[in-house]
Amino acid sequence: MSDTLAGNPSSGSASAKAGEPVLSVRGLTTSFLVDGAWRTVVRDVSFDVMPGETVAIVGESGSGKSVTSLSVMRLLARDSSRIKGSIVLNGKDILALSDKQMRQVRGKDAAMIFQEPMTSLNPVFTIGRQISEALTCHGDITRAAARAETVQLLEKVRIPNAASRFDDYPHQFSGGMRQRVMIAMALASRPRLLIADEPTTALDVTIQGQILDLIKVLQEEEGMSVLFITHDMGVVAEIADRTIVMYKGEAIETGATADIFRNGRKPYTRSLLSAVPRLGSMAGQGWPLRFPVVDVETGTRVEPAEVADTVDRGSEPVLDVKNLTTRFDVRGGLLGRKVGAVHAVENVSFDLLQGETLSLVGESGCGKSTTGRSITRLIQPNGGVVRLEGKNILDLDTASLRHARRSIQMIFQDPFASLNPRMTVGAMVAEPIVEHGLATGAQAREKAADLLRRVGLSPDMMKRYPHEFSGGQRQRICIARALALDPKVIVADESVSALDVSIKAQVCNLLMDLQQSLKLAFLFISHDMAVVERVSHRVAVMYLGEIVEIGPRKAVFSDPRHPYTKKLMAAVPVPDPSRRGIRRNLVADELKSPVRPLGYVAPPRRYDEVSPGHLVRLDDGM
Amino acid sequence: MYSYIGKRLLVAIPTLLIISVFVFSLQKLLPGDPVLAMAGEDRDPQTIEYLREKYHLNDPVPVQYLRWAGSALQGDLGMSLRTKQPVLKLIGDKLPVTIQLAVMSIAFAFLIGIPMGILAAVKKNTALDYVANIVALSGLSIPNFWLGIMLILLISVKLGWLPASGYRPFFDDPLRSIQTMLMPAFVLGNALAATLMRHTRSAMLSVLSADYIRTARAKGLSERAVVLEHSFRNAVLPIVTLSALLFGELLAGAVLTEQIFTIPGFGKLIVDAVFTRDYAVVQGVVLCTAVGFILMNLVADVFYVLLNPRMRAAL
Repeated sequence: MSDTLAGNPSSGSASAKAGEPVLSVRGLTTSFLVDGAWRTVVRDVSFDVMPGETVAIVGESGSGKSVTSLSVMRLLARDSSRIKGSIVLNGKDILALSDKQMRQVRGKDAAMIFQEPMTSLNPVFTIGRQISEALTCHGDITRAAARAETVQLLEKVRIPNAASRFDDYPHQFSGGMRQRVMIAMALASRPRLLIADEPTTALDVTIQGQILDLIKVLQEEEGMSVLFITHDMGVVAEIADRTIVMYKGEAIETGATADIFRNGRKPYTRSLLSAVPRLGSMAGQGWPLRFPVVDVETGTRVEPAEVADTVDRGSEPVLDVKNLTTRFDVRGGLLGRKVGAVHAVENVSFDLLQGETLSLVGESGCGKSTTGRSITRLIQPNGGVVRLEGKNILDLDTASLRHARRSIQMIFQDPFASLNPRMTVGAMVAEPIVEHGLATGAQAREKAADLLRRVGLSPDMMKRYPHEFSGGQRQRICIARALALDPKVIVADESVSALDVSIKAQVCNLLMDLQQSLKLAFLFISHDMAVVERVSHRVAVMYLGEIVEIGPRKAVFSDPRHPYTKKLMAAVPVPDPSRRGIRRNLVADELKSPVRPLGYVAPPRRYDEVSPGHLVRLDDGM
Repeated sequence: MYSYIGKRLLVAIPTLLIISVFVFSLQKLLPGDPVLAMAGEDRDPQTIEYLREKYHLNDPVPVQYLRWAGSALQGDLGMSLRTKQPVLKLIGDKLPVTIQLAVMSIAFAFLIGIPMGILAAVKKNTALDYVANIVALSGLSIPNFWLGIMLILLISVKLGWLPASGYRPFFDDPLRSIQTMLMPAFVLGNALAATLMRHTRSAMLSVLSADYIRTARAKGLSERAVVLEHSFRNAVLPIVTLSALLFGELLAGAVLTEQIFTIPGFGKLIVDAVFTRDYAVVQGVVLCTAVGFILMNLVADVFYVLLNPRMRAAL
């Protein structure tokens, strides 16, 4: 095996050991059959993974990073894909093996875990069976022995009460626990290489921290190598010895993680890194700051212009929410009686000034999205007052609600699902204007063209359909549509979460530009602490349906007071390789659920004002 | 589990009530008068009046319904106006025949439809898939009666392999009974197999692209285990629901098929009863069919719960 080619372990990586690489990929080129023609999605990629080493492949969507990992396992559809080059895993020439031999390699030489823990386990089999299957299909092992081994594996991945959970089904586990089950399954045959394809992307940040810790610990215990596929630079910095940057199907840069972060040679690497929001980078800044823009081709960096404060502090708030409460009934038993309720939003109060961005942050199930939907009355709240420009939204009849919604618009998370695939972009952006009778067809089209220009698209795209646009462009279309009625407030529900990091930065910059020119107020709902830090004037942290801490962004981020806020911030991976090897020592816990029994009354809450506008809920032990 | 079955049975009661009212009023709305049919050629008014009194046909309709429903509950479905035999006995004689036909047809449908659907999905867009689709399409579009007649011509008349008629009850002469049932069961099952195949194929296709199938492959499982265990166990859920619905189609098809192959089953019974305006028999048969349909759906629901752990948890 050649060891002179790209990707030798650098002397800087501590855990890499000398010797033959576990995985050696040379000139990997993978093509897919698309509409009768072969399209190359991975081109001439070469790298090595040494024993005990962690190598990260990082790139944005469409860069070919997942296809690379699936090629190594030969898990791509046989008749519609073609793999060329050489892949040597554990001394075996992968591309020369028969299907039967390849099955022996899968799980035994290399095992794989995937992004979506919620759908990666078979719903009709117990997790015990699914793990022991990985044992029995490779070796001569009795059922009882497989069962004992499985329980040990479950213990190894720190699943509480492992033995009693053997016969449980996947739906009885949370996302984080399912990912632990997936890892246990991958470890079953003691593979020399673990391929982790975005294993933490779908998880909440505190759970992500736990899983990353677990992978690090297990890697040490088992002495395996890890090939880690991710788009998240923070995760890369935290876990990888070496990093391969992929762009448009090619490995454009390979090196020790610290080198890549400190002095990336390629413009794309630098642009990717500059677009990564870094928690803590805003210390000393009073209000939001645009992301710096680095040109992908030339690498020239344009620093963000300092902007003035956009908040109109003297005026009345445009949105004033008082004691908002939304619950969903939980029914059960033979007759479907009400047995409890999800207290999704419990007594939430905040206000929003013109030109201000208030972020609602928290993990899944904390009620941040329900809050956004309750305010726009897409969900009927159980109580409270939502005053929009002085009018209580919750008292309005259907006709006046329709009218009031002109002032408050939403942008959703998934730009692919929120656009009607059968309508042209122009018709979609013009639709609200025509629907509300604000302009005739021609005028509306003119306005739509103007809006598209405002969000950085060209008016001649009006005749096109959504499938012709990329994710970032679609989100711009969604923004243009939300602006069509000249709203005062925009509820942005995880609006940048599904976007690639460089696109995310651009869309955030666009939102900030629009805020400046149109004096928009944003309710920015997000789970991403680093983005929130960048874009917000004020921040509210939600936990189990309640706000536990609210205040100016500067105060909350520099001086978090509530234990949950602290936990949340500690869990965010920081894109700084010098922090590699940190252990958070997080306990394997799960997110708590806001399901309460019938007749539950939330305890009265008191808030302490630690500095002007910075309120922290007082808890008697959380 | 038992409480679930109990609950489902309770839910079936109002359904049955509605069906019984429907069956009863449908009879009243049908043109034709059974008394006139019984009274014979001369239509003597006195005889007619006597017959109306005898069968309580002069009572108000709701009273007639209550009397009928009351005795039906006690197992008395009345007397056939034509043969003067208890309806229950007529049904009891014919039901086993139709059940045998149904079971054999379903067996044909499953044996043809499910493996063909799985194969078509696994070998998607290959010659095998196209052939399976063409076979299914023909199964759906060829009328039962035509296929039945052709089979009789070919297999009974030309080749002489199987008898075209002459059904014997299963317990009297099992071999002969099965021989005479093979062709009708194939004719009936064939159409159902086509539907089953199409649904199995699409269910398998959606399961085969699921993330957990990729996981199963990544584990190193054999293709056999991936397809037959991991995929089929998930794809079978919609098939179970479909099978219960096909039961209705089966009964409808049985009416015609039994005529062609002169099988003395349910289908023949109901056709004869409708032509002679034999109210009691029609009511009894339709009621029996409805009960059967409800039971089949109950069985499907129970299977569904047994096969789907997420449903089990909700119990």
